[in-house]
Amino acid sequence: MNNVFVYCELEGTTVADVSLELLTKGRKLANQLNCQLEAIVAGSGLDGIEKQVMPYGVDTVHIFDAPGLFPYTSLPHSSVLINLFKEEKPQICLMGATVIGRDLGPRVSSALTSGLTADCTSLEIGSHEDKRAGKTYENLLYQIRPAFGGNIVATIINPEHRPQMATVREGVMKKEILDANYKGEVVNHDVAKYVPETDYVVKVIDRHVEKAKHNLKGAPIVVAGGYGMGSKEGFDMLFELAKELHAEVGASRAAVDAGFCDHDRQIGQTGVTVRPKLYIACGISGQIQHIAGMQDAGIIISINNDENAPINTIADYVINGTVEEVIPKMIKYYKQNSK
Amino acid sequence: MSLKIIVLAKQVPDTRNVGKDAMKEDGTINRAALPAIFNPEDLNALEQALRLKDAYPGTTVTLLTMGPGRAAEIIREGLYRGADGGYLLTDRAFAGADTLATSYALATAIKKIGDYDIIIGGRQAIDGDTAQVGPQVAEKLGLTQVTYAEEILNVDEKNRSITVKRHIDGGVETVEGPLPIVITVNGSAAPCRPRNAKLVMKYKRALGAQEKAPAPACHPEGVSALPYPELYEKRPYLNIPEWSVADVNGDLTQCGLSGSPTKVKAIQNIVFQAKESKTLTGSDKDVEDLIVELLANHTIG
Repeated sequence: MNNVFVYCELEGTTVADVSLELLTKGRKLANQLNCQLEAIVAGSGLDGIEKQVMPYGVDTVHIFDAPGLFPYTSLPHSSVLINLFKEEKPQICLMGATVIGRDLGPRVSSALTSGLTADCTSLEIGSHEDKRAGKTYENLLYQIRPAFGGNIVATIINPEHRPQMATVREGVMKKEILDANYKGEVVNHDVAKYVPETDYVVKVIDRHVEKAKHNLKGAPIVVAGGYGMGSKEGFDMLFELAKELHAEVGASRAAVDAGFCDHDRQIGQTGVTVRPKLYIACGISGQIQHIAGMQDAGIIISINNDENAPINTIADYVINGTVEEVIPKMIKYYKQNSK
Repeated sequence: MSLKIIVLAKQVPDTRNVGKDAMKEDGTINRAALPAIFNPEDLNALEQALRLKDAYPGTTVTLLTMGPGRAAEIIREGLYRGADGGYLLTDRAFAGADTLATSYALATAIKKIGDYDIIIGGRQAIDGDTAQVGPQVAEKLGLTQVTYAEEILNVDEKNRSITVKRHIDGGVETVEGPLPIVITVNGSAAPCRPRNAKLVMKYKRALGAQEKAPAPACHPEGVSALPYPELYEKRPYLNIPEWSVADVNGDLTQCGLSGSPTKVKAIQNIVFQAKESKTLTGSDKDVEDLIVELLANHTIG
């Protein structure tokens, strides 16, 4: 009762990183609230799965093992959580802001009429005073997230309803093993008691890995490279930075023509026009045809070893340096200072 | 085979187009600088619905939106592209709704419309980015859902089933589900067709009740009479229906602010300072300071 729950997402029979990150965070929240941390794992062929989660400080693992539970479909997993939560009455439930978490979370919150906050970037415990009702709430979960296209950061609370649900994106929280020999309880549930047969209505016909289509136009952060990146390998560095920042990679025409990058990522007059919140131009001189495709960006950072590159005239930050030197540093310091 | 499709769409401020003037000096949002637009992924959803209409003659596409009177624009944009009609859910009692109260309101309106095979909407709206309303509507209606859809591959009338290709983390998945169903469409799906010129001519004077009302005298545009009032009786399709809480038999306690379990405790604005451009070197200190600054003002992270 009244514990912190984390829904663990599976890739086959491996618990996803985002869930382990949330277990780490959940453990800290549980310590602060003086309660236990419980994990939920639903899939098939889960023998020994508890070994993957226990080291993160899990006190109880709820295992739901049935053939129909993998691959994920909405209804059976929703029923698992809804019915389990009716019994266990958790105070907090965390899940990854992944395709699965964002499919499952809303359904569960709707059925339990509890509040859900998507894509939190920070979770804290605190109190809230409702002056109008003259009530003070202690130990609420502050769910902190950007909103309005990233123009505001809002702190959301659920004063009355439980569980307080939140989703968090991968990479936002830190993954840390608490104790490799941590001992918790394992509860194997009878899936049929939680999931009615009628829930297995959606069939997964085919499933394959396909390089995701990029969403350059809609990306809030764009890391773009030019001829100055020097090679295709140089672009790998940009992809690495983009992965850290949850950004997309774009390129100037010169880089595309040189074969450093695919044509569909070209930004400029003959490519796509982007309006991100942040545009990082790496080794791009900034010919007018390129600038036409990105000048409406909120903040522009230019990294160039040519102090007189035209792009520097429209950039908010100009870094005079080589991309080989600056980009690895950006990745390093981002990792050090975020989380 | 003919399908009954309801498209959920939202009018949103264009948060993608944030410039340095997006925030006022006092830290509030400068709405004048952010035009109201058709939520981009809802347009992708509309396209999927219209494609089904093309493939299966007799199919009807009905838009459903919630918002103030001016959100009737969304219905008009849908009509211009080939939708058959639409409803605007509008009431002060709906204001301040979080995703749960929004989905409650939409679900009651969908129940009022009554006859449907597919309910389709964008995955998420760009002003909230929550992606919650679709699945919550599905739950409230007791239907299953397919989220992150990229393409509707097939509708099988005999078995009342639908096959959808959807985006998953690191790949794609093809799923088959029963009708009726709720589908949310990802931005990587096909873009929406442009307006059809003939339909623009036909529907350009379509207005909701609030838009037809004359502007009050205190308004800068003053009292202006409705042009061509007689048209609205002769051509009933020009009247965009508006529904209030009472029209959809909604429970007031579940609508708007009172129906929202989540409350906003605090808001921190991210003010884009109009600033001089800064020149840095590639030294460790400069790069670290830049990253710390960008993290502090939530530009990244």
